[in-house]
Amino acid sequence: MKIFVTDPDGIEHELEALEGWRVMEIIKDYGLPLKAECGGACCCATCHVYVSEEWIGKLFEMREDEEDMLDEAMEVRDNSRLSCQILMSEALDGLKVTIAPGTEI
Amino acid sequence: MSEIEQKNYETDVIIIGAGPVGLFAVFELGLLDMKAHLIDILDRPGGQCAELYPEKPIYDIPAFPVITGQELTNNLLKQIEPFSPTFHLNQMAVAMSKLENGRWQVTTDDNKVIEAPVVVIAAGGGSFMPKKPSIPNLEEYEGKSVFYAVRRMEQFRGKNLLIAGGGDSALDWTLNLQPLASKLALVHRRDDFRAAPDSVSKMRHLVEAEKMKLHIGDIKELHGHNGQLESVTVAPKEGEPFQVECDTLLAFYGLTMKLGPIADFGLNLNENLIPVDTEKFETSTQGIFSIGDINTYPGKLKLILSGFHEGALMAQQAFRYVYPDRKLRFQYTTSSTNLQEKLGVNEKAA
Repeated sequence: MKIFVTDPDGIEHELEALEGWRVMEIIKDYGLPLKAECGGACCCATCHVYVSEEWIGKLFEMREDEEDMLDEAMEVRDNSRLSCQILMSEALDGLKVTIAPGTEI
Repeated sequence: MSEIEQKNYETDVIIIGAGPVGLFAVFELGLLDMKAHLIDILDRPGGQCAELYPEKPIYDIPAFPVITGQELTNNLLKQIEPFSPTFHLNQMAVAMSKLENGRWQVTTDDNKVIEAPVVVIAAGGGSFMPKKPSIPNLEEYEGKSVFYAVRRMEQFRGKNLLIAGGGDSALDWTLNLQPLASKLALVHRRDDFRAAPDSVSKMRHLVEAEKMKLHIGDIKELHGHNGQLESVTVAPKEGEPFQVECDTLLAFYGLTMKLGPIADFGLNLNENLIPVDTEKFETSTQGIFSIGDINTYPGKLKLILSGFHEGALMAQQAFRYVYPDRKLRFQYTTSSTNLQEKLGVNEKAA
């Protein structure tokens, strides 16, 4: 499985993804800059990403606590998600996301 | 503004950071007769456990199958009660220097000056600071007409105030400042608020009574002169951006952790972490220790339990600096009457 992550400099990275890992964990494991300061507890909004249009409808709908936390994210758009709330599965093989502003380490 | 009077303190150990690891360090130091002062930027102890996830369950604290961040904090506070630590809350450690007598001096931005032979940096991910929105020219207005906190409510009397955010801080200050402000509006990205439902309904009543306004959208631009705000541009999700007149903006977008002034304490840093040895958890500077998430060493795991272990070993070496003439005796709380007296649990002593 793979995911494609565009970093703040606009460079796209192809990352090996593992079933059951959070997208946030994959991005951090690969060493890309993502603060994710609460460690995946849906408590901080510093793992904010934009999901590419063709993938946004294929994700699980966000829960209320994720929508609430997005209030603390910067430049929220319709395709905004917290990457700690996206669990990798076969269905998401090829997922494309872009790291959003406000997630700098 | 009048200058804040300087206050001086002396203690055995200064702990920067009152998160779980800093709190437990008080316990380990206390068993070895060392008194501690703790400094924290938050207004209460607990660090990330109190600020980020007070209600979230934690499952990897030894002997607690499940405990919330707040419960863990409360338990630690109870555990260290016998050692009556001194807390300097709501302030940041801004400078650290070595004195001629060989001791260390730490200064806070509340003008407290604390002197001790040992300093322990337990600052976790750094200081919690307000998140700043990404708006051009924001800096020009900061401190003059854009603020991220309310120190004195009077400062906002008679102002045409715009408050941004949808959490408890934004809603609480909306309700508290509405009677003082000449005009008040709240701006939030969506017409749904995560703040306490009671505050939200009070706010909606004020809007219905035309005592304040509510705008839905994101602040995109600030307009004004020489740092004095005159209006902002708000962009709704759909539709045309519009102007909101205001002379003061209070923005509440939550907090984020930044290393802050510790970066200038003259310590070695490795990617914003403080390298320590794994025997004493001392930095390359003698007398300065670092424990918890902010330190780094081969194999480091950022877990609360690692920080507890680090605090126990740190205390052993700190003892040698605080009491250079005393011999350190290793004792267990289960069997030592001496330790039990310190904890106030020895019946004979009571």
